[in-house]
Amino acid sequence: MSEPTPPRPDLDFAPRERVKRQSYVESESAVVEGIDISGQWNRMFEPREITGYDLTYMDKLTALPGAESMAWCYQCAQCVPACPVDTAGGDYGPRKIYRRLQLGTDIFDHSDLWLCTTCQNCVRVCPKEVDMVQIMPAARAAAVLEGRSVPGELLEMFQKVAEYGNPMGESPRKRVRWTRGAGVEVRILPKDPAPVEVLWFVGDYYAYHPRGVDAAQAMARVLTRLGVEFGILGVDERCDGDSQRLAGEPGLFEELAEHNIAEFGKYEFETIVCSGPHAYNAIKNEYPKLGGEFPVQHYTQFMSARLETLAPLLTKPFARRVTFHDPCYLGRHNGDYGSPRRLLQAVPELRFQELFRCREQGYCCGGGGGGMWLDGYAAEHQVERLSENRVREAIQVGAEVLAVCCPYEVSRFEDAVKSTGNDGKLEVLDIVEILDACMEQG
Amino acid sequence: MNVIVLMKRIPDLVEDLEVDGSGKALDAELLKLTLNEFDDHALEEALLLKEAAGGEVTAVALDGEEVDKMLFTALAKGADRALKIEGAGAVDGTVPLARVFAEVIRGRPFDLVLTGVQAADDRDGQLAPTVAALLDLPCVEVVTAVHPEDGKVSLHKEYSGGVVGEFEVDLPAVLGIQAARQTPRYAPVSKVRQIQQSATLETVAGAAGNGGGLTVVQMTPPETGAGAQMLSGVDELVALLESKGVLR
Repeated sequence: MSEPTPPRPDLDFAPRERVKRQSYVESESAVVEGIDISGQWNRMFEPREITGYDLTYMDKLTALPGAESMAWCYQCAQCVPACPVDTAGGDYGPRKIYRRLQLGTDIFDHSDLWLCTTCQNCVRVCPKEVDMVQIMPAARAAAVLEGRSVPGELLEMFQKVAEYGNPMGESPRKRVRWTRGAGVEVRILPKDPAPVEVLWFVGDYYAYHPRGVDAAQAMARVLTRLGVEFGILGVDERCDGDSQRLAGEPGLFEELAEHNIAEFGKYEFETIVCSGPHAYNAIKNEYPKLGGEFPVQHYTQFMSARLETLAPLLTKPFARRVTFHDPCYLGRHNGDYGSPRRLLQAVPELRFQELFRCREQGYCCGGGGGGMWLDGYAAEHQVERLSENRVREAIQVGAEVLAVCCPYEVSRFEDAVKSTGNDGKLEVLDIVEILDACMEQG
Repeated sequence: MNVIVLMKRIPDLVEDLEVDGSGKALDAELLKLTLNEFDDHALEEALLLKEAAGGEVTAVALDGEEVDKMLFTALAKGADRALKIEGAGAVDGTVPLARVFAEVIRGRPFDLVLTGVQAADDRDGQLAPTVAALLDLPCVEVVTAVHPEDGKVSLHKEYSGGVVGEFEVDLPAVLGIQAARQTPRYAPVSKVRQIQQSATLETVAGAAGNGGGLTVVQMTPPETGAGAQMLSGVDELVALLESKGVLR
């Protein structure tokens, strides 16, 4: 077998990157019926090896429980334009990951393992049901367990969650500090365990992030004005663990889930209401696997079901052009596109404008599946942040306000507004902040 | 190369520290304890030594809040054995602690004893030299890289001003570790939980380590200063330095 012939200089093709393992059969010189078909031009005359791949890592991956479906890919590539990471210049998508695996790439030591945000948009379009939302956590867990080259920023986050129960590494005792500025009473169940209608799962970003605290305080006020009796776990609440599970730390997820399930079990309530779609997804779909079955709603679901009470309270107008970003874990993962929109439509004088990519086709903010803590890593492997791509879209549709209902997103999009040079042009607000702003104080 | 790592838990600075009613100690009610990060580096360096030269790593700690989990985590990271010292009573200060550690490891086979060069609750850097003195062994402090050689180790010791000294040390020896060659590894929680099911901690009786420690007279939070003056430009800085007589 001879080496592949270099591209001919007289042809106006960019030289293609050659794949070493692909073995062509070609004759250095060949003339057929007077036509010179030397070198690469006679490849089709001999059988060509197409199955001589090193499938070590493909086999290793597809042997992992949950990751079997990687093997089903037939390279149709519908997933690639659907992949938000590829759209952000990440050279990514299940088809490409499959192909690189086929060519012998050790995915367990490769950036392909860490860029997926588990947004589920590829699963939506995949005719073969290759499920990255199952594949990625399984493969990542194997890499973490084997001590492979896991991004340091992710390990740092795992360490903080394991030690402090929140990814910021903040004091567990300060989890309730946000309640001081709420202006309404927030019942802390460990101190006052009487039955409540709602056990509000506040979550890390609402409890600790400065912009999350704004939303948490708004939520406390809105719930109070709705006349809802609610309580929180206070210092006994821990991170919901869903993003840690998806990022490859199932043991940490189980530890957190077992803790939260035990805490939920101590109190009487009608439903859990989550600030965030990730906690909602965990408690709805994952905690039951560990024996924790509780009625649970995302706050937009809880509030939109009470629009009869809520709408009359929205007395102050919010006369601005607002667009809405569907969080992947409320929308695609749990099929609810209506609840947040119903709330926004109830806001007086609000002018609603959909984003181009919305509902089932919503674009990902980049924070899911561990992406929240891989900003530096993603920056090395992508042309732009997913949040920057999304913010540009919001500007394009002429929005003045980008409304969100996931605690990861306010900080992500606010940063992206600044980094794309749109400071002052687009305000990022949690829906609950808008509702709060439309209610009379006191 | 058999390495013993001495580890201790200290007040976690992520929580606000408060002085208790006696005015001589931190309010234990409000304390969250955590592994001394220098000890974590000592463990990492020990594991790297084991990977390079074979042998066993033994993690040693006094019994206390969440010590089991800390020792199981050390096992999950690759330590071969974990020793928990029980019954040593209240061990207050570095010298009594060194005495308890020295009694436990005396007579055990080892080539090196590693521990953190200091901890947030002492900052005196005396644990390694005191253990060495009690066992009559050589000691090097502020160590950053330990490499095994035939019957000894070579290592780096940091001095102030960015100066690094290279030493050869006969074994056995005691080293105070400033930093491991790499970030201390992460122990996946599933691995720690698995180890908790399958491994056991060895327990040893500790002799009472009292006496010879520090006596705390009074403990107070540092006084808050008058605040910083924010300067808006170089001119302002130059004017200020001139007014203080620094520039002429």
